[in-house]
Amino acid sequence: MPKTLYDKIWDDHLVHQQPDGTALLYVDRHLVHEVTSPQAFEGLRTQKRKVRRPELTLAVPDHNVPTTDRSEGIKDKESKIQVDTLRNNCKEFGIQLFDVNDKRQGIVHIIGPEQGFTQPGTVIVCGDSHTATHGAFGSLAFGIGTSEVEHVLATQTLIQKKSKNFRINVNGKLPAGVTSKDVILKIIGTIGTAGGTGHVIEFAGEVIRDLSVEQRMTICNMTIEGGARAGLIAPDQKTFEYFKGRPMSPKEKNWDSALAYWKTLFSDEGCKFDKEINIEGKDIEPLVTWGTSPQDVSPITGTVPDPEKEVDEERKTAMYRSLEYMGLKPNMKISDIKVDTIFIGSCTNGRIEDLRLAAKLLQGKKVAEDVTAMVVPGSGLVKQQAEDEGLDKIFTEAGFQWREPGCSMCLAMNDDKLSSKERCASTSNRNFEGRQGRGGRTHLVSPGMAVAAAIHGRLADVRDLN
Amino acid sequence: MEKFKNLKSIPAHLSLMNIDTDMIIPKQFLKTIKRTGLGKSLFYEMRYDENGKKIDEFILNNKPYSETKILLTGKNFGCGSSREHAPWALLDFGIRCVISTSYADIFYNNCFNNGILPIIINEDIVNELSEYSKRKEEVEINLDKQEILYGNKSVKFDLEPAKKKRLLEGMDDIGLSLKKNLDIENFENKIKNSKPWILKDD
Repeated sequence: MPKTLYDKIWDDHLVHQQPDGTALLYVDRHLVHEVTSPQAFEGLRTQKRKVRRPELTLAVPDHNVPTTDRSEGIKDKESKIQVDTLRNNCKEFGIQLFDVNDKRQGIVHIIGPEQGFTQPGTVIVCGDSHTATHGAFGSLAFGIGTSEVEHVLATQTLIQKKSKNFRINVNGKLPAGVTSKDVILKIIGTIGTAGGTGHVIEFAGEVIRDLSVEQRMTICNMTIEGGARAGLIAPDQKTFEYFKGRPMSPKEKNWDSALAYWKTLFSDEGCKFDKEINIEGKDIEPLVTWGTSPQDVSPITGTVPDPEKEVDEERKTAMYRSLEYMGLKPNMKISDIKVDTIFIGSCTNGRIEDLRLAAKLLQGKKVAEDVTAMVVPGSGLVKQQAEDEGLDKIFTEAGFQWREPGCSMCLAMNDDKLSSKERCASTSNRNFEGRQGRGGRTHLVSPGMAVAAAIHGRLADVRDLN
Repeated sequence: MEKFKNLKSIPAHLSLMNIDTDMIIPKQFLKTIKRTGLGKSLFYEMRYDENGKKIDEFILNNKPYSETKILLTGKNFGCGSSREHAPWALLDFGIRCVISTSYADIFYNNCFNNGILPIIINEDIVNELSEYSKRKEEVEINLDKQEILYGNKSVKFDLEPAKKKRLLEGMDDIGLSLKKNLDIENFENKIKNSKPWILKDD
């Protein structure tokens, strides 16, 4: 019977299945960070349990590391305790750690692929919802809770029920100035934040095939914002090239067998999806969010929607609340919205290609007066690469701050946060109330749109930058 | 994990849709290395003003809702971050049951690992229960029979048998999975041959 890519990976990882469908799924790769792991390790200690396969777990502190000079250590007491706890736990249980001052440290979803720890066809989990990112390489990757982290550490498996298959085809070509961030915002705007609940989404179509692997990561990264725990893209030649020679990629004979296996990872002709939709690339414009849910998207050329025109009462109430929180009026032009802050970074858009794109648009220009702008590279290696290419100079000469790697203002657990009513054009993934700091107002955008906003001091169309 | 027992309580209704886990427990409280103590920070930014003073209008700041065991919410509850701190905070506050038309997947799963029952029910019932909340009348949850009881009505809810069993027995998942050690070993031996690049010990 023809299988979907998800079916294939699922079947290949079944350790045990009960009559009601509850399955024990093998976990090939486990990523751990400082925020969602301390209670899991504590649980192991209490129960006197060991980590079954420490070599299949990789740990890194990313959520609350400072992005300023780290030579003095972490000043925030609680953050320091959490990072220290991770270090001690890794030592005690024999898990490899990229510590704060390691060149390879960075956002967990950026370092996984960067190291070749992430691989096609694997099951990858992490106590973080943006684990979906790794699906861009054809791995079944999803976020889990801390109890499940403990379960994986102890058993190298996870109890799961199979999700449904959902395929989203993005057809044709993208217009100039439109990037993969706009594609995923368009998708979330179309299906809604619960549109993918209970499903694994496979992204397919010419637009997806044409994207680089890093751009595909942006799409899978935000799958969770559409309600699906995992997003998948079938690996292809670009994927295989990407993994060649990475430190943790399969080597020599293993590389050949891995490659042969990876080439079988696609949805078979004639396989069945429970749900399928089509989106035309040509219909996608540069997008921004206006509200406090990632589904609240508008083209940059559009206006803030009017809740009065909404027929669903629950939705209408939510829209009014969003507009009040965001300090916006219905029907105002999106491009009239002034911004105070620009954040380029995060597991959504903190990779070298994002920084290259942003720097190219920024070259020779200046950040508008009164606008604070920062770039937070996704990892130490991304930062190094950018500096080797001179991108840091372009950013700093334009008035951007050039920071150390981490999650930073995407969730504002460290010092990088918005103050009340401060408005930010952000390349991150969530515009929830308070996400970037209490009362802070987030507009999600692509890196190019972040640069346009930085230059104009308001939300602006990247296509008008030359 | 504590066993789930039948409960009676006046539900608190938060009618907002898409309540995300950042709202349930904001990031500044994720710096803890413990599972307990998060109840006082539950819904922090809706519950306290910028000076840390309780906001009177917020439902959970008022009796009897401040003592509720049942939270009635808008659709897609618990979306966003995977943080298990969200169910930890609910539990620490005293909430053992959430009732909504839908949940985000990760949050839904996390509930069962913490002895919280997330009930999925249609909107009409949510609205009826909301009236009970307003009138400060108790609602009863019977997990064994999978029933919500209010006034002289009882409504059935669906739940996977395995999940129900876990709540009723307060089972330790890890202990049960460790009993399948032989299956896990067999699986690992299989992939040592078929996918030798996965396990790194040889």
